[in-house]
Amino acid sequence: MSAAVTGPRRRLRWLPLAPATVVLLLFLAGPIGYCVYIAFTDLQLTGQESASFVGFDNFTRAFGDENFRNAVVLTLVFTLVSSIVGQNTLGLALAALMKRASRTARTVTGALVITAWVLPEIVAGFLLYTFFSRDGQLNAILAWLQLPEQNWLFTLPILAVSFANVWRGTAFSMLVYSAALDDIPREVTESAQVDGASGFQRLWYITLPMIRRSIGTNLMLNTLQTLSVFGLIWAMTKGGPAHRSETLPVFMYDQAFNKSLIGYGTAVALLLLLVGALFSVVYLRLLREEV
Amino acid sequence: MRPTAPLILSLTAALTAGTLAACGGSGSGDKNTVEIAFHKETDNKVTFRDDYLKFVAEKFEKKYAGKKVKLVPIQAPQQDYYSKIQQMMRSPKTAPDLVYEDTFLINSDIESGYLRPLDGYLKDWKDWDRFQPAARQAASGADGKTYGVPDGTDTRGLWFNRKIFKRAGLPADWTPRTWEDVLEAARRIKKEVPGVIPLNVFAGKGAGEATAMQGFEMLLYGTGKDPLYDTRSKKWVQGSKGFRDSLAFLDTLYREKLGPEPEQVVDPNVTTKVVTQLLPEGKLAIALDGSWLSQNWIKTGGKPWPQWRKTMGLTPMPTQHGSPPGEVSMSGGWAWSIPAKAGNPDLAWKMIQTMQTRENAVEWCIRGSQVAVRSDVAEDARYRTSMPGIDFFTERVEHTHYRPALPVYPQVSTAITEATEAVATGDSSPKDAAKAYDEQLSGIADGAVTRK
Repeated sequence: MSAAVTGPRRRLRWLPLAPATVVLLLFLAGPIGYCVYIAFTDLQLTGQESASFVGFDNFTRAFGDENFRNAVVLTLVFTLVSSIVGQNTLGLALAALMKRASRTARTVTGALVITAWVLPEIVAGFLLYTFFSRDGQLNAILAWLQLPEQNWLFTLPILAVSFANVWRGTAFSMLVYSAALDDIPREVTESAQVDGASGFQRLWYITLPMIRRSIGTNLMLNTLQTLSVFGLIWAMTKGGPAHRSETLPVFMYDQAFNKSLIGYGTAVALLLLLVGALFSVVYLRLLREEV
Repeated sequence: MRPTAPLILSLTAALTAGTLAACGGSGSGDKNTVEIAFHKETDNKVTFRDDYLKFVAEKFEKKYAGKKVKLVPIQAPQQDYYSKIQQMMRSPKTAPDLVYEDTFLINSDIESGYLRPLDGYLKDWKDWDRFQPAARQAASGADGKTYGVPDGTDTRGLWFNRKIFKRAGLPADWTPRTWEDVLEAARRIKKEVPGVIPLNVFAGKGAGEATAMQGFEMLLYGTGKDPLYDTRSKKWVQGSKGFRDSLAFLDTLYREKLGPEPEQVVDPNVTTKVVTQLLPEGKLAIALDGSWLSQNWIKTGGKPWPQWRKTMGLTPMPTQHGSPPGEVSMSGGWAWSIPAKAGNPDLAWKMIQTMQTRENAVEWCIRGSQVAVRSDVAEDARYRTSMPGIDFFTERVEHTHYRPALPVYPQVSTAITEATEAVATGDSSPKDAAKAYDEQLSGIADGAVTRK
């Protein structure tokens, strides 16, 4: 049969896929191509008769722009704190604890954590803005505990938005790890226990190596998602005060829509894509290695 | 070919065509509907603009049988509203027939070719002569054509709470002559009436154009002539003492804790907070703000506060050292424009005319606490008696300043808000912030800068 599939037949087989291909080309490849094109022009949203091609100007400008470099650093901090350390570790810890917890505890915790995840980003943003704000719930709790007030939205905005992202995104890691932990055969853990391995040793030598692939996948998805977080930060701080929580997506929006520099904003978007690609390459590498 | 091949082929074609057609979207092809895009306040209770447009729409639909009005409220912070309408105007599919343009942005949008010149319509419209020349100027482009019909203006000054002033031992007819007088009063309030914010001057990106205009430019234009843009040499002013002094005023205000807390300053909702919370609740003594504040306090406003007539006093903002004319005001205002890609421009023009019958124009000035730009409206008895303070703000028109009506102004304004934010949050000294502004300005103005 396979030998018979030649020439026109082979082409015909592609036909049923044609609608999907056309739509993908039009709505995925099209905008991306347009985006790349715009990044090399000085297109403005307003105040300009016609845009012109400017080559690599937008990119050289970005690297010379102090605020851009600031945004890159903050993006890395935000990703590291909220995604790699926060969501990932907390998700694993929750999954491991829930495995041992009673049924009720598991249901309640699971429901609560997933609620945070299900909330639309902008709603979560406003909730956490009120939580952290000067007269918000966090300060009410701190006052009740006789602890000093916090004012992180102003003093440490990047930490406040990182916490917010941990709060919102941990559920995803928890779900991934719950599934992964369920896949570890009971016999392996039990025999380790019989051999006298401590809890930490079992985690380090049995559990982690066995869920290595899930860790890789989870890290990659988390990181890519965190890199593009915009609504949460926009609702909470607008990137301020004075650029102190301005990650790349916020910087990009500010340039493109507040300063009307669409061309420059798009160039920044491409650079953001590059950062994401770098992370992906690293994780893919980790995933490929065999134990 | 197998017998099924033609079937697959036709199915494929049908599917592709179907999918694409579904994406084609439905532009406002309706010739009998005029679509009006306007800014809706983020506070849901503030609906005077929506209410007025519904009021006019009803009259319009009655007058032109078979025609419909579709309101497209855009509920967003002002800055996001601007971006949104600009994006809508880029495509004929999304362009409204009528759009509410801030006159500070109109030149930028004219330059982009988003708007349609109205001269053809205006030459046959006798009411156009009743508009103040300055207001007509505000809606015209560098090519001398007019692109919008302004529906009012605004002026700015100092609002102060007489009750707090009494407790601080300050006069009920307070008339500061210099910046120092203003700061002195604030210091006194801080000392005598603890727990009250003495003086609010907007700073920071959160308040957007309010920071640039109500806040910074009200100071800057009191430091000398043409402090922002030199009209004679057509260049933007760089490195001026007035600019540094104005930042220094903010620095004093926030370092001595005479203003709101820094995190209140950078709060994106600060403009609404001042008018609907801080002032009515008696938590703020002096506000450097605009003529429209009282529209929030009337019965249909966001924060009805009937006592404001007795509580709030008004006084002009003085110049830096009291030099003539002794007071500063800035003016802006909004205009109705027809996008270049509008589907029904003629119907849109009829709508503008309906809004601008004398009766409806007076109605708008009253509902929107607008300072009139039409001579017949300014004389109207109903307008003159509509609101305490309307006389005060109408008088300010004499010495008011308009912002440089240039396409790059919005970018300059953003640079100003960044400088004020850096100073108010204590991130930069006035000198460093002024330097950072100068650097940005060179880029924005593409070298068209001059030093003073």
